[in-house]
Amino acid sequence: MYRTIQLGAHAQAQGKFIRSLADGRIEIEAGTTRLVGRAVEKTRVVAQIGTRLLANRKLHGGLVATVAALGLMLSPVGTVTASAQDSVEILNVSYDPTREFYREYNELFNEWWTAQGNAPVTIQQSHGGSGSQARAVIDGLEATVVTLALAADINAVASRSDKVPEDWQSRLPHNSSPYTSTIVFLVREGNPKGLKDWGDLAKDGVQVITPNPKTSGGARWNYLAAWAWAENEFGGDEEKIRDFVGQIYKNVPVLDTAARGSTTTFSQRGIGDVLLAWENEAYLSLKELGEDKFDIVVPSVSVLAEPPVALVEGNIKSDAQRKAAEAYLNHLYSPEAQAIALKHFYRAWDVSAAAQEDIERFPEVKRLGIDHFGGWAKVQPHHFGDGGVFDQIYSE
Amino acid sequence: MRASLLRSPSPLPGFGLSFGIMMAILSIVVLLPLSALLGRGLMIGPADLWDMVNSRRIWSALELSFRAALIASVFNLVFGIVLAWVLVRYRFWGRKLVDAAVDLPFALPTAVAGISLTALYAPNGVFGQALAPLGIKVAYTELGIWMALIFIGLPFVVRTVQPVIEELDREVEEVSATLGARRTYTLRRVVLPTLAPAALTGFALALARSVGEYGSVIFIAGNIPNLTEIAPLLIVIRLEEYNYDAAAAIGIAMLLISFAMLLAINLIQIWSRRRIGLV
Repeated sequence: MYRTIQLGAHAQAQGKFIRSLADGRIEIEAGTTRLVGRAVEKTRVVAQIGTRLLANRKLHGGLVATVAALGLMLSPVGTVTASAQDSVEILNVSYDPTREFYREYNELFNEWWTAQGNAPVTIQQSHGGSGSQARAVIDGLEATVVTLALAADINAVASRSDKVPEDWQSRLPHNSSPYTSTIVFLVREGNPKGLKDWGDLAKDGVQVITPNPKTSGGARWNYLAAWAWAENEFGGDEEKIRDFVGQIYKNVPVLDTAARGSTTTFSQRGIGDVLLAWENEAYLSLKELGEDKFDIVVPSVSVLAEPPVALVEGNIKSDAQRKAAEAYLNHLYSPEAQAIALKHFYRAWDVSAAAQEDIERFPEVKRLGIDHFGGWAKVQPHHFGDGGVFDQIYSE
Repeated sequence: MRASLLRSPSPLPGFGLSFGIMMAILSIVVLLPLSALLGRGLMIGPADLWDMVNSRRIWSALELSFRAALIASVFNLVFGIVLAWVLVRYRFWGRKLVDAAVDLPFALPTAVAGISLTALYAPNGVFGQALAPLGIKVAYTELGIWMALIFIGLPFVVRTVQPVIEELDREVEEVSATLGARRTYTLRRVVLPTLAPAALTGFALALARSVGEYGSVIFIAGNIPNLTEIAPLLIVIRLEEYNYDAAAAIGIAMLLISFAMLLAINLIQIWSRRRIGLV
C-alpha cells in the first residue's frame, strides 16, 4: 500500500508503507531508500471551514473577533498575511484527456491552499495534444507548470528552451508522475470481432482507430505497446516486428491528430472495430456514452505510461508564484488528490483516501515502462523522428 | 525629376502619406511573415530545400491539397455564380435570409464546420447513412475534403460576383434579344464575359483559401499518409518533430505553387478584361 509523507515544509515523498513508529510517524520505502515522516492524511474538514470563514472576515465585520479566534485556534498557520499578498496565477499546460481531472483537482488545491493560510490562486488550464503543448511552451507560452503525456515532451522543453532543468524528472516522486495509466482496447459491445490481444489487430478486415504518433503522446504508447507484444511474439526479430506493427497501421482508416479526436471518431462517428485508448479515456467513454455500447479489453501486455509533471522554472515570476506552483505539484501526491486521480480513472499510487470502487476497477496487466524500450532519448528519434520506423511504415 | 516621379502620379493630394501608411501596414502584416519564411528557406539553401520536399509522401500531400482546392473552387465558381444570379435577379420569400447565410462560412470557426460536416457525413450520420447503400463514402475520404473546401470557399465567388450582376444593365440583354439572340446565346456572349473578371477574382480567392485550409479539413479527412493527408497537416507534423526547416520547406513549396497559380489566374483575368473592353 502506498502512503504519502511530509518531509519539511513543502516536500513530500511517496512510497510503499513499511511500518508505523511509536511517535505517530510512518516509514515508507521510496525507490531504494527508506524515509520516515508524518503521514499526510485527509485534510481535516474543521480546519477548512474555520479558515474559509476567516477569509470572509471583511464581509462579516461584526464576527471578526470570534471567527478569527476560532480560525486561528483550528489552524495554527498564520492566516493574517494572506489577504495582503498579491494574487498568484498558475497556468497549467496539460494534454488532452486530463481536462476533467484537473478541473476537480484545481478546486481541491485551492481549498487546501487557502486552508493553509494562503491567498487563493488563480489556476488556468490549457489542453491540447501533448507534443503541440510542449512546442507552445518552448515557443513562449508562459506555462507555470507542465503536466504532459510523455516525459519526452518535457525533455524537449528542457533541451530546447532551458526553462526546465535537465534533472526535472528526479525532483518529484515516481519519476515525477503522480498518476500512471496504460493502453487498453475499447471495442464495440459484445466484442463482435473477438479481439483479445495485439495479434488480432493485424488481421484482415479489422479496423483499428488510433491517433497519429507524430502528433499525439498517447499514440506513441499505443505503438510501443504493440511493439512490445510483437517483440515477445517474434523473439526480437526486428523485421517481423516492423511488419506486424505496419500491418496494424494498414488497418487504420482514420489517423486523428490527438487522443480525443480518435475517441470521437470511434465512439460518435461509429468508425472502426477497436480504439487503442488511454485506460482513463476508455473508462470515461464508458461512463459518458453508456456501458452498454462498449467493452474494455485488456491485452496480455501493455505499457506503464507515466504522464509526468514539472515546474517551468524559466517562467516563474515571483517567490509567491514559485511557492504556490511547487505546492500545486506536490499536492498532486496527497491522498485526496490521488483519490481524485483514481476517480478519473488514472492509476494513482496512494489509495488511502479513495473510494473502494475506484481502486478495484483496474484489472491486473503486465505493464512495461519506457526503460524497457531504451528510454525516450532513444525511442523518440528511432521510432518517431523524421524518417524513423513509423515514417518507414508509410513510405513502403 | 525622380522626386517628382514619386510625388505626383495623381493630382489628388495626400499620396505621400497614404502610400506610406499603406506600405507600413502591408509590410508588417503581409511582407514580414512571408519574408521570414523565405529568409529561413534561403538559410537552408535550395539544394537542401529540394531534398526535404522531394519525397513521395510530401508530393502526394501537395498534390492532394492543390487538386482538392482546385476541384472545390471550380465547383464554387459555377455554383457561386448561379447563387449570386438567383439572389440578385429574383425576388422570393426568405431571400434576405439566404443572402445573410452565404456569409456564415466566413464567421463560423473552421473547426466547427469540419466537425459538423463530419458528423453529417460519417457512416452513422444523417447523410452518411443515406449514401452508404449507394456505396458512396464521404467522411474520411478525399470527397470529404472537397466538401469542407466547398463549404469554406463558397462566399468568395458569391460576394465578388453579386455586385457585378447588380450593376449589369438589363437594357444590354434586351438589346441582345431584340437583335434576335436566343437566351443561351445572350448568356454566353453578353452576360458571362461581363462577369468573368469578378468571377475569376472570387475563384482565385476561394482557391487560395482552400489550399491552406487546415482547421476544417483535418476533422473530415482520414489523415492517412499518401491518401488523405493534406500538406498543411504535414507542416504541423514537421513542427511536432521540432523540424522547423522541413516545415518551412513545405511552406515555401506551397507558397511558390500558389503564387504561380494566382499569377496564371491574374493573366487570364487581364485577358478577359481586355476582351470586354474593361482595361
